[in-house]
Amino acid sequence: MYNVAIIGAGVIGTAIARELSKFNHKIVILEKDNDVSNGSTKANSAIIHAGYDAPYNSLKGKMNARGNLIMGIVCSELNVPFERIGSLVIARSESDFETLKGLYENGMKLEIPGLEIIDVGKVMEMEPNLTEGVIGALYAPSAGIVEPWELAIAYCENAIDNGAELRINFAVREIQKKDGSYLIKSEEDQVEAKYIINAAGVYADKIYNMVADSEYKIIPRRGQYFLLDKEAGGLVKHVVFPCPNEMGKGTLVTPTIDGNILVGPDAEDLDMDMKESVNTTYNRLGNVKNLARNISDKIPYKLNITTFAGLRAEPDTDDFIIEESKQAKGFINVAGMKSPGLSSAPAIAEYVVTIIEEIDGSLDKKTDFNPLRRKRIKFEELTFEEKNELIQKDSRYGRIICRCEMITEGEIVDAIHRSAGGRTVNGIKRRTRPGSGRCQGGFCGPRVMEILARELSVPMEEVLMENRGSIILTGKTKVGG
Amino acid sequence: MNYDIVVVGGGPAGLAAAIESRKNGAESILVIERDRELGGILQQCIHNGFGLVVFKEELTGPEYAERFIDELSRENIDYKLDTMVLEINKDKQILAMNTVDGLVNIQAKAIVLSMGCRERTRGSIAIPGYRPAGVFNAGTAQRYLNMEGYMVGKRVVILGSGDIGLIMARRMTLEGAKVLVVAELMPFSGGLTRNIVQCLDDYDIPLKLSHAVTDIKGRDRVEGVVIQKIDENFKPIPGTEIEYECDTLLLSVGLIPENELSKGAGIEMDSKTSGPVVFESMETSIEGIFACGNVVHVHDIVDFVTEESRHAGKAAAKFVLEVKADNNKIIETEALSGIGYIVPQKVRINSVDDKLSLFMRVRSVYHDAKLSVKADGKEIYSVKKMHLAPGEMERIDIKKELIGENVGKLTVEVI
Repeated sequence: MYNVAIIGAGVIGTAIARELSKFNHKIVILEKDNDVSNGSTKANSAIIHAGYDAPYNSLKGKMNARGNLIMGIVCSELNVPFERIGSLVIARSESDFETLKGLYENGMKLEIPGLEIIDVGKVMEMEPNLTEGVIGALYAPSAGIVEPWELAIAYCENAIDNGAELRINFAVREIQKKDGSYLIKSEEDQVEAKYIINAAGVYADKIYNMVADSEYKIIPRRGQYFLLDKEAGGLVKHVVFPCPNEMGKGTLVTPTIDGNILVGPDAEDLDMDMKESVNTTYNRLGNVKNLARNISDKIPYKLNITTFAGLRAEPDTDDFIIEESKQAKGFINVAGMKSPGLSSAPAIAEYVVTIIEEIDGSLDKKTDFNPLRRKRIKFEELTFEEKNELIQKDSRYGRIICRCEMITEGEIVDAIHRSAGGRTVNGIKRRTRPGSGRCQGGFCGPRVMEILARELSVPMEEVLMENRGSIILTGKTKVGG
Repeated sequence: MNYDIVVVGGGPAGLAAAIESRKNGAESILVIERDRELGGILQQCIHNGFGLVVFKEELTGPEYAERFIDELSRENIDYKLDTMVLEINKDKQILAMNTVDGLVNIQAKAIVLSMGCRERTRGSIAIPGYRPAGVFNAGTAQRYLNMEGYMVGKRVVILGSGDIGLIMARRMTLEGAKVLVVAELMPFSGGLTRNIVQCLDDYDIPLKLSHAVTDIKGRDRVEGVVIQKIDENFKPIPGTEIEYECDTLLLSVGLIPENELSKGAGIEMDSKTSGPVVFESMETSIEGIFACGNVVHVHDIVDFVTEESRHAGKAAAKFVLEVKADNNKIIETEALSGIGYIVPQKVRINSVDDKLSLFMRVRSVYHDAKLSVKADGKEIYSVKKMHLAPGEMERIDIKKELIGENVGKLTVEVI
């Protein structure tokens, strides 16, 4: 029996797992998909918001401010690249400007560092490629960018290295209340735990319904994006937002931590049962282009390398839902994790620990908790001498597999064999980036598959792209094999 | 490490250039290839039709490559396999890496760039829908089938009627897959006519012109593909959707010269070809760095790549033997009405032997037209053409004496 079962291995679930792994708790993370960080975590704006948006007296406001504050420490412990590049919310009208002032005042109450309203001259100096007509902006130097899936993967890896367990392909079908515990069942398996943490993203309401009459609904609010080649890098240097509206923070343009440019999202509420609808659509992509013109009219879409869609877990309660259920003791909802969920993740993890502490009494701290995640070697960033030293130790670092992103075989093999390692083509892509570049796996795809097949000792035909069923090769050719 | 000539890329362009530079007197030559064998993409092109111009016979891709690989070893030219060039600079230093040598600097007197091209992807044309397994670039699929021995699907829709798409339509059919349709964005096919006949017509595979893929269905593996007719502005026309139940979408939506290394070296690029600007000798804007084959502009048949690359190899040999080009008189070429681009972009008239070859592509399909070459606005040469299409590269050879010495600009247009 486990002390805690966490349902959902997104950035929220894995952050909580890692925070809980500091204590003597038996933890299991249950993930319905074939990899961690496969839901909303892998498809969002990849921004660590400064924290001035959400009302100062809301949970969102508090969590975002605290999350941003400690993100630097978390990322340095976990060796996850994070850069505070700063954000701008631009105003194009007097009423926009009033909104900025409101955001500024809200931010001051939350003690967001360095907030400043700047004039058009300063804005255009910082971002010369914006569409004409800007009258000013709210500058927040503490906003940053991160690879959200890498953060979740790193959280999970570190949690596992500190004793947590991960079960992938564990889609929760049924939860039975027992005396002082819960029995959680998938099609093929079951686990028992004293506490459940419901971090199931867009499915949180469905999971909650298994133990109680859900007091909230999670609406999948879809957003679509364009991701541009690194050649477009430099188009903007900060996260640039339009003025926010009732559907969210608007369609933004931002650099990514890897040097690409991200354009999106729009906001579209889908039907309640469309929780897997991460498809892009012709009309909506066109809409994103129109909306992004409010930021810059110089976006080079001919350098587009991929488009994608993500689902925000939009709660009908507006604020984050982070509390023990009143109907089901020991069942803790961590739901409605729309933006700024990613930014708040480290703070939410701390907060959830205090909730468990309150229920369970004082928690027993581990003496041997290791907060550090072994550094992921980024071959390209090493010096000439370091590279040669590494190749002498392990010649696999001398073979480039992905030439767009300059990823070596050594890096891929390491990504496969870490805790919570990548077992699929997309899993490897999220961990070390082969296939994330301009050729989108055209060159490296077959080579990555070969390495996966070899390292996992499975035939090539069994190597998956993502979830079960996502087979890439359908068999041998007539003379093949 | 020092070499007279380093050739980057051991495909058809690099092989021909290396061999030709040896024949013209260059001593130490190194070919660097990132794959496990020489020959480049030819090795996965197991169909025939190669060599009609160069060898006057029909060969398969691997057979065509073999002739050059054999000649390379007869000429004792050095090569490194499984080796990636990471960087080239204007001083002709090359940073390369493999598992045996590690990371090494190589100093060359001359460099030949022959990196070929890569395929445009789903992302580059922003095809909407889900992102399941089963969407392949046609060339990647070809590699799986012909080199690795694996099938990529059973019911197939192909977008793009470029040659790779057409060849793969036939190849998949021969392997027992059902190719449901080939859709093409343009109102004409981008492939060679012979390929449309031999790969589609012979197997009753329909070709739908002016159609785009507007949706991909299936969360894990492709389950369906929707194509839609597009208007003259490439906008989908509502109500024309056709959904195909299939497990595979192959994309043959164009090739892009692979010039990250060239750009890194600071070589001047041509936005029309996406390749380096070259002189008549295939020399780039950096003295002693030459380029040939698909890295300069995408060719439709390999024989032309060979010819162009021999030309570049000879020039590179001349360069290291210190026969410098005469830079005194530079003529610029310009693509006028109906012409997409011209290679070379610049001509040093004093370095042209006896005739100048201009390579170009037209922008659209023309019947009973004329290609007219003008020197400073005055027609010096013209040739009648029954049929012109963007899928078929045009070559015009002009005698040097027709051009004259004091011309500033050479233009070509369709009349």
